[in-house]
Amino acid sequence: MKQEFTITVYTENHIGLLVRIATIFSRRKINIESLNTSPSEAEGIHRFTIVIEETEEVVRKLARQIEKQVEVLKAYYNTNEEIVWQELALYKVPTDEIAEKVKVERLLREHGARAVVIRKDYTIFETVGHREETDKLVKVLEPYGLIEFVRSARVAIIKSSKGFHEKLKEFEQTEPGEELVENEFLDKQDQVFTM
Amino acid sequence: MDTIDLTKEKTAEAKKEAISLSGSQAVLESLIAEGIDTVFGYPGGAIMPIYDALYDYNDKLKHILVRHEQGGIHAAQGYARSSGKVGVVFATSGPGATNLVTGLADAMIDSTPVVAITGQVFAHLLGTDAFQETDVVNITTPVTKWNYQVTDATEIPAVLAKAFYIAGTGRPGPVLIDITKNAQIQKFDYEGYQKCNHVRSYRPKPIIRKEYIAEAAKLINEAKKPFVIFGQGVILGKAEQEFKTFIEKAGTPAAWTVLGLSALPSDHPLNVGMLGMHGNYGPNLLTNECDVLVAVGMRFDDRVTGRLDKYAKQAKIIHLDIDPAEIDKNVKVAVGVWGDCKETLPLLTKLVETRSHAEWLERFRECDKEETKEVIFEELHPSTDILTMGEVIRNLNELTNGNAVIVTDVGQHQMVACRYAKFNQSKSNITSGGLGTMGFGLPAAIGAKFGAPNRTVVAIIGDGGMQMTIQELGTIMQTKLDVKILILNNQFLGMVRQWQQLFNDRRYSFVDIASPDFVMVAKGYGIDGQKIAERDKLKDALQTMLDHKGPYLLEVMVGKENNVFPMVPQGCSVSEVRLK
Repeated sequence: MKQEFTITVYTENHIGLLVRIATIFSRRKINIESLNTSPSEAEGIHRFTIVIEETEEVVRKLARQIEKQVEVLKAYYNTNEEIVWQELALYKVPTDEIAEKVKVERLLREHGARAVVIRKDYTIFETVGHREETDKLVKVLEPYGLIEFVRSARVAIIKSSKGFHEKLKEFEQTEPGEELVENEFLDKQDQVFTM
Repeated sequence: MDTIDLTKEKTAEAKKEAISLSGSQAVLESLIAEGIDTVFGYPGGAIMPIYDALYDYNDKLKHILVRHEQGGIHAAQGYARSSGKVGVVFATSGPGATNLVTGLADAMIDSTPVVAITGQVFAHLLGTDAFQETDVVNITTPVTKWNYQVTDATEIPAVLAKAFYIAGTGRPGPVLIDITKNAQIQKFDYEGYQKCNHVRSYRPKPIIRKEYIAEAAKLINEAKKPFVIFGQGVILGKAEQEFKTFIEKAGTPAAWTVLGLSALPSDHPLNVGMLGMHGNYGPNLLTNECDVLVAVGMRFDDRVTGRLDKYAKQAKIIHLDIDPAEIDKNVKVAVGVWGDCKETLPLLTKLVETRSHAEWLERFRECDKEETKEVIFEELHPSTDILTMGEVIRNLNELTNGNAVIVTDVGQHQMVACRYAKFNQSKSNITSGGLGTMGFGLPAAIGAKFGAPNRTVVAIIGDGGMQMTIQELGTIMQTKLDVKILILNNQFLGMVRQWQQLFNDRRYSFVDIASPDFVMVAKGYGIDGQKIAERDKLKDALQTMLDHKGPYLLEVMVGKENNVFPMVPQGCSVSEVRLK
């Protein structure tokens, strides 16, 4: 059964790696729903957050293909239950509409929108949340002359993750230690690539 | 320029004394430090500084001028496959680099260690659509294990060290280093070459989990009908001896993929033959009868498995592979053993019990008898006057005693050669397996001869494939390289014709290929040769070819519409293997 998975990839910060990772999806004709790259908690280590809708089996194979890339340190994948995630959205609305119509103000308040820029001609609001929430506000604002809308990629934190500092130390060892269990997935298929 | 003696450079004290070198000189010094003695290549504008530096390195580095960059990379592949070392190819920017793409894809899918060094336009011209500028790094990303663009000479020693390390370790593969012209010219303080042995984000060998070895051994010990299938991993891991010891102790029949061929001697009693679409009858049929299937260093290619949902469903599958991404990729396994088979096989051998499985082995013998009756005998000893490819290979076997390196192109002759050629030693069968690259044979044979100069190298090529890279006869001419070229000419693109006959109602669509007079073409290149079509001349002609000092081309006219059997038709299960 296809469902939403969030793939978290820890990588070196090198030019060209984005293409290398993107082609793993594109050559299999899999659409990336959302992709974010950012620094991670470990210095010098980059973090990709990729959202796709696929079956668990496909995602597991993709994660292994990603991890196979020379400059990838580790790839994890998780269901929505296993992560906390947010997306940021920006909305540009005509200022006079908001000023004149009390209803708009109430709607924005209801959706937890915050004004970022207020100008004579337009105001930019932001909301943070899940896609359904940000989408809902778009629908609501449309009748009031929504000028522009943009939403960021998903950023996600894995609930059970202990962070990457310890893992990074293992990677920096020239010889991996005996206690290091690299092929942990073999034990429990359901915990594949989770920390 | 005086040639610089950098031998002292390796010692710690000497390292402090940096020498001023150009990026180009650093490239060549790095190659020498990596133990590279042969480079294949073709010059051009953006790689001229490297070629200029090469002028002074003639005594240390042999450069083979090919006739096309595709020939260059296939030669580097052939060199890597026959020598077990990393092959190196030079090409210029733009078309030079794009001509490498087929070879990179071939090396990628067949796990061949190759380092390709391409010239690139000056860094300040990148992205300006400069003359002969192409985005080589992005073009080659899906077909390289790793690639990198150097824009500053100081990066060169470390980047090349990393390139060789990545290409040659773990599951090997092609690496491309694109060097801008300014970096080639730039002088910098060269502090000596340090080999790379660790890249933080790269684990060439997964850690071996002993409990999975134990689990695998348990399954093998409990098995009544265990069957081992092996691929190139055995050769790449230099684990031929470990593999032989393992199957001998466990007493299991072993069958090979096209790339695994020659890892186990042909006459070994446990060698039951070839897997896959044109493999032997027993190995295909009995894949669906064994109770434990042990796959060693192979990747369950669709040409090996046939229809996946009917592949070895009754068996518990054990998969030994160095590449974690291969385990469970195509076939779900009961036990996955990650690791280098050089290390995992001895651990497994220790735990398996000594067995013989004589009855089970007898099943393979029975199948072999049936296949011999239906297919093999007629192919090797035809009752008609028309020559078959199989009898050419049989005669060749008798003359070389299985000691030659056999390089093939792609098509019917390839399948026939793999089926019938005999091998005594490893790294002797060089062919394009995963990508099926027509035109691979001739240049790969050139590389194979440089990689194994003391061995007889026979390139077996079809009339179609020969015409794809025929220009490399020029390379053979110029180097006077002792390569034997055996053209099996059936006047068709035979494999496609066979499919059209069997599956498209003999609608022979564009497979009727005309050929030049190959012998005359060879003569034009100063290469001796002859053409034969009669059985009574065959053995003598082969002997003449083998005895000839220097390169020789023998064209043998074979049956026009012969087919390769057995065959597992596409979309069919391995147990539906057809004998006719």
